[in-house]
Amino acid sequence: MLAVEGLNISKSFKEIKALDNISFSVSRGEIFGIIGPDGAGKTSLFRILVSLLVPDQGSATVLGYDVVKDFREIRKKVGYMAGRFSLYKDLSVEENLNFYATVFGTRLDKNYDLIKDIYFQLEPFKKRLAGKLSGGMKQKLALSCALIHRPDLLILDEPTTGVDAVSRKEFWDLLKHIREEGITVMVSTPYMDEARLCDRVGLMQKGLFMSISKPSEIYKAFNKTLYEVSHSMGSYQLALNLRRFPWCRNAWMFGQKVHLSVDSEEGESLFQSYADENNLSYARIRAGIEDTFIELMK
Amino acid sequence: MPAVEDIIIVRDMVKKFGKFTANDHLTFSVRKGEIFGFLGANGAGKTTALRILCGLSYPTSGEIKIAGYNVYKDREKIKKTIGYMSQKFSLYENLTIAENIKFYAGIYGLRRKVIDARTSELLDKLGISSIRNRLIRDIPLGWKQKLAFSVAVFHNPSIVFLDEPTGGVDPITRRQFWEMINESAEQGITVFVTTHYMDEAEYCHRVSIMVDGRIAALDTPGKLKESFNSKDMNGVFLTLARSKRMNAV
Amino acid sequence: MKRFLGFVKKEFYHIIRDYRTLVILIGIPVAQILIFGFVVSNEIRNTKISILDNSHDEITKKITNKIISSGYFDLHSYLNSYDDIETAFRKGNIKEVIIFESGFSSRLTREGEASIRIIADASDANTGRLITNYTQGIIMNFLKDLVPPGIEIPFTIDSRPRMYFNQDLKGVYMFVPGTMAMILILICALMTSISITRENELGTMEALLVSPLKPVHIILGKVTPYVLLSFIDGLIILLLGYFVFGLPFHGSLALLLSEMTLYVILSLSLGIFISTVAQSQPVAMIMSMLMLMLPTLLLSGFIFPIENMPLLLQGLSMIMPARWFIIILKNIMLMGTGILFVWKETLILLGMTLFFMILSIKRFKVRLE
Repeated sequence: MLAVEGLNISKSFKEIKALDNISFSVSRGEIFGIIGPDGAGKTSLFRILVSLLVPDQGSATVLGYDVVKDFREIRKKVGYMAGRFSLYKDLSVEENLNFYATVFGTRLDKNYDLIKDIYFQLEPFKKRLAGKLSGGMKQKLALSCALIHRPDLLILDEPTTGVDAVSRKEFWDLLKHIREEGITVMVSTPYMDEARLCDRVGLMQKGLFMSISKPSEIYKAFNKTLYEVSHSMGSYQLALNLRRFPWCRNAWMFGQKVHLSVDSEEGESLFQSYADENNLSYARIRAGIEDTFIELMK
Repeated sequence: MPAVEDIIIVRDMVKKFGKFTANDHLTFSVRKGEIFGFLGANGAGKTTALRILCGLSYPTSGEIKIAGYNVYKDREKIKKTIGYMSQKFSLYENLTIAENIKFYAGIYGLRRKVIDARTSELLDKLGISSIRNRLIRDIPLGWKQKLAFSVAVFHNPSIVFLDEPTGGVDPITRRQFWEMINESAEQGITVFVTTHYMDEAEYCHRVSIMVDGRIAALDTPGKLKESFNSKDMNGVFLTLARSKRMNAV
Repeated sequence: MKRFLGFVKKEFYHIIRDYRTLVILIGIPVAQILIFGFVVSNEIRNTKISILDNSHDEITKKITNKIISSGYFDLHSYLNSYDDIETAFRKGNIKEVIIFESGFSSRLTREGEASIRIIADASDANTGRLITNYTQGIIMNFLKDLVPPGIEIPFTIDSRPRMYFNQDLKGVYMFVPGTMAMILILICALMTSISITRENELGTMEALLVSPLKPVHIILGKVTPYVLLSFIDGLIILLLGYFVFGLPFHGSLALLLSEMTLYVILSLSLGIFISTVAQSQPVAMIMSMLMLMLPTLLLSGFIFPIENMPLLLQGLSMIMPARWFIIILKNIMLMGTGILFVWKETLILLGMTLFFMILSIKRFKVRLE
């Protein structure tokens, strides 16, 4: 049973093509992550799914409803969190929650169990104005407001952007709990490491899905050989050095090491000789999400 | 061998907003040519400290010297000798690339000839000479960012302050950006950078982590990972930040 | 319904918590009334005049006395000849010279005609006119008592005196209705348009749209608190006018309040309409100022009489809601007339309201583009 289905969706803003003929689907009860940099089209896609924008071409159904024709139904059943800006800064935590509850025709206590894990962290600050909360707390409040009416589908647009690592981790723990309640979650993020936490991940760039797969299988889209290389000269110098060679397909800094991709067997042996001669430590590794993303970007 | 000089010296810096202490007796130094990572959770006091170092606000107390200048008396001199770039990029969307460069370079007092020469050099290097007359709002995010950095160091400042400069860009651009940072560091520019990407912390020579207004750790990434028994900086950060979690809002 | 009320409640929170704006919203009408009342004297007090009395007879003396004892005029000097007039203006700081022709009384009683020349210092056009008006008024009053009906005194000044519905010629009659019209349209249109565009700018409008709230809920919800606020403002203005400046009130309070409510709703519709056109708060603000406040100030008859305007502007004045509202207010407050006299103007206001309401609801975007 599909929660969301998009077919050949295209959307342009003046000359910029935000979405370029994309198709995808999301099953009920899964956490579907969209990973991609700014400008990839994540926000445009989400806005189409929640019926705030109309696709130029193609169609989409959300919970069985067409995003263009049945938008009123969708707006009752979807929880939408657009960044952190759907909070009223001059209203308190409590007042924001009550407001959204009322707007959706429910009350804070009716679906309390659903948000209780988040709410207990917010509760000590329930009288504080939303504008005076830290980034992490605003996230949690916005999530609660989106959940308050027990939607069937939760769409979160970059909820963890600009928030510190601790709050981000906590946020994802909350999402897992939400999924256990049977709510489907679509979430976008620019942080590659968060991909691991989804059921399926779509890598998005320039209005296209470069790949859609389970996190553990993303590496399969990487069909070159990948080495992790290090040397005392440091990753910056090392990457510059490696790039001078024709067998080097890509050499990028990854922390204090360099990830080098080579695209032929011949290249591999050439590299290995070079590495041995120059005392570089190296090891073959499986591609991670970032490696795959970089590779697919080309 | 002579000691490398400290270009930023901070001793017991305190910043209070009413009763709230945002910076609680910070003490640290940054060496010339170093890439110094300034990490911390939201609300830990990073931005406050950064603003003081840039000369954008006064500390409540403490001794702070930037490139030899006193932050209380010589704010204007400090501003002339540093560069700054924030996440919002600070380039004017409705001016062209060339116009932005000219504008900012002019603010720092560079002469016309110098500006023209350096502009051509820079645009060639970035490979964007052909679009020098395109408006900023019409160029992709990654380019904007690299350009913003170039503008920040255009006048060869002694220190450049970067406030979460790599938000939201693709992984290639991020690395290219850090390569530019490294290049500047090799030319002697000290780089003071804050970021939320823990893997970027590994690109720094030394890293400090702020928790609740204090510096909870300061060392090279390698040593920090060792002390906290973690395979990456993310783990270090989580351990540190979690232990003080209860007080953070 | 509950949704709607929840929305209205939120709007009230916004208004009440924005202390600065609240102070301004209540403070402006108070300040304006007080300024117009006390500082900007629309009234004439102790204006220095000189008199050239060529007759020195009983009637001229009586007229002179009446003028001087009115409290508006101070006699600076008696002039002896026409040559003194210019000097008197220049040196004596006088604003007006009144000239009685010789043989005034005899001419008046025998021929039924006599002339009084009034020369006013018109370097300030408004005050100049007011001074002559006041003078004429006083003279008229005198003559009414003195002269049997049918006898006229021709004046050689061609000016249109303003007719006030009482003997005291108070300026408050002019500026209270005008102030009310201006304040109300300003508050309603400005505040509503800003409130809506702000929601757009902050991004919270996105969240509101992706919810079961219908556009009409959102619009009405935004408008309702301002109806209340404007009502309060209107009352404050009326009360200040009545208690502080002695504004008389002849008509029906219920009718007045109903008309005020209608005007408020019209202004709010304008505000919503502006918000559907303006892309950002500053634009909304400027549109409200330029399109509403300024024209209202200049063209509604508040400060400058409509009859004196060139035809083009008179035409423009017809589409100013304030113009009709001022007429309604004056009719009700000063003349004590009922709905029968103001039905035309009321209908116009009603029509405008419906027009903008419908237009705004149609224009209100259900999506982001």
